[in-house]
Amino acid sequence: MDSALIPKGVKRCPTWQFALWIGAAGAVLLWGVIAMLLIWFKGLNQTNMNDSYGFALWIWADLAVIALGGGAFFTGFLRYIVGKDELKNIINYAVLIGFICYSSALLILAIDIGQPLRGWFIFWHANVHSMLTEVAFCLTCYFGVLTIEYVPLILENRQIDKVPFFHRLGHNMHEIMAVFAATGAFLSFFHQGSLGGVSGVLFGRPFAFREGIFIWPWTFFLFTWSAAACGPCFTILITKITEKITGKKLVKQNVIELLAKISGWMIGTYIIAKIIDTWYWAKVTAPAAGFNLMDFYSNNPFYGIWILILEIVICGVVPALILITEKGRKSSAMLMTAIILAVLGACVNRWVMVLQVMAVPVLTFENWAMYYPSWQEVATTILPVAYGVILISLSYRYLPVFPQEQELNPET
Amino acid sequence: MFPFCFEWMWDMSHMVFMGGLWYALTIIGLGMTYCIGKAFYDTFMDKGKEDHHH
Repeated sequence: MDSALIPKGVKRCPTWQFALWIGAAGAVLLWGVIAMLLIWFKGLNQTNMNDSYGFALWIWADLAVIALGGGAFFTGFLRYIVGKDELKNIINYAVLIGFICYSSALLILAIDIGQPLRGWFIFWHANVHSMLTEVAFCLTCYFGVLTIEYVPLILENRQIDKVPFFHRLGHNMHEIMAVFAATGAFLSFFHQGSLGGVSGVLFGRPFAFREGIFIWPWTFFLFTWSAAACGPCFTILITKITEKITGKKLVKQNVIELLAKISGWMIGTYIIAKIIDTWYWAKVTAPAAGFNLMDFYSNNPFYGIWILILEIVICGVVPALILITEKGRKSSAMLMTAIILAVLGACVNRWVMVLQVMAVPVLTFENWAMYYPSWQEVATTILPVAYGVILISLSYRYLPVFPQEQELNPET
Repeated sequence: MFPFCFEWMWDMSHMVFMGGLWYALTIIGLGMTYCIGKAFYDTFMDKGKEDHHH
């Protein structure tokens, strides 16, 4: 029925099967939309956020998808600025994943601000002393860049490409894509960093506070670094999941291995910096504020020292060691383990820097403040996943996302 | 956001923040204007039919 829209030389599942798949994802999306409308119409009382948790599940999800969407800016930087030409075979997918991540982040923010009709205030009445203002600026601009990077792919659809204007527009956008990629890298550096900076400047919360250079705490640099390190792992992970679902090889192994190798070295250097930062914080920064390391990891039902070991050793050192070694990258099981751990590591880091920060007691008469999200918060956090599945499915079906697909699947 | 907003001040914070924003928006805007303008020009002049991406 829709065969005229499907790229030439590739095979796709029957329309009814595709409709069923979209329907299943659509049902989950609908659940999230109902929760979203409840929050918009009834207000933030639909959540379990309170005076202790002004930042909660949504902000964690926001920071996590922004970090994982960092694969788009870093892969774009490697492809267009550094000149790693092999990455042209995965850049479309990295852009698509980035587009989904950033549009999801903006959607979550639109829910989180409570009164989305006043969302434009952050631009019009900008607080120029807030790192979050800079995040809002860069996030919105970078989403614009990602849209510009995604549009040429849409214009390559078989039917759209037949329109002379769209064909030429797509070509022109490809020609100057390096300019957009460089702008995207510039914007990403600052907003990824400022998200880390938000935690690092909280001098009233010794669990988060870090020293730094000029106005930037060390967390500023660690957040950018970890996004550039773990973002490409998320791109590889989603590529592998797509290959599993479609039953096809979509990207050549040398491309995956190159991205994995670069990611491995980035994670390796990041985790060394993170260990130094953690050690200095535990030995100097926190004691100066009257805290010992174990004050942050005891006397509560959830946050034990295990979370620090999980973040730094299991989800940091281990994937770095696997991805740095050629043997690790060549083994399919090891590669999958490493990229899953790296993705998990970024998510745990953002969890710790958002939610554990809120949980830790600061004053002597305070207790640990634990938090359980409401179903509305969970549903609106899962909403972007369903949206992502739908957009990836539509893009895979109708757009030439993977340039090597035809070559790798000659029987089709 | 603009100098005509009541809270605007000509200080370093506004210049850095808003300068950065307008710098990025200018690059994006000029880039897209070039792409769309050239696409219109090429279409009317019937140029660039055989151009392929990648």
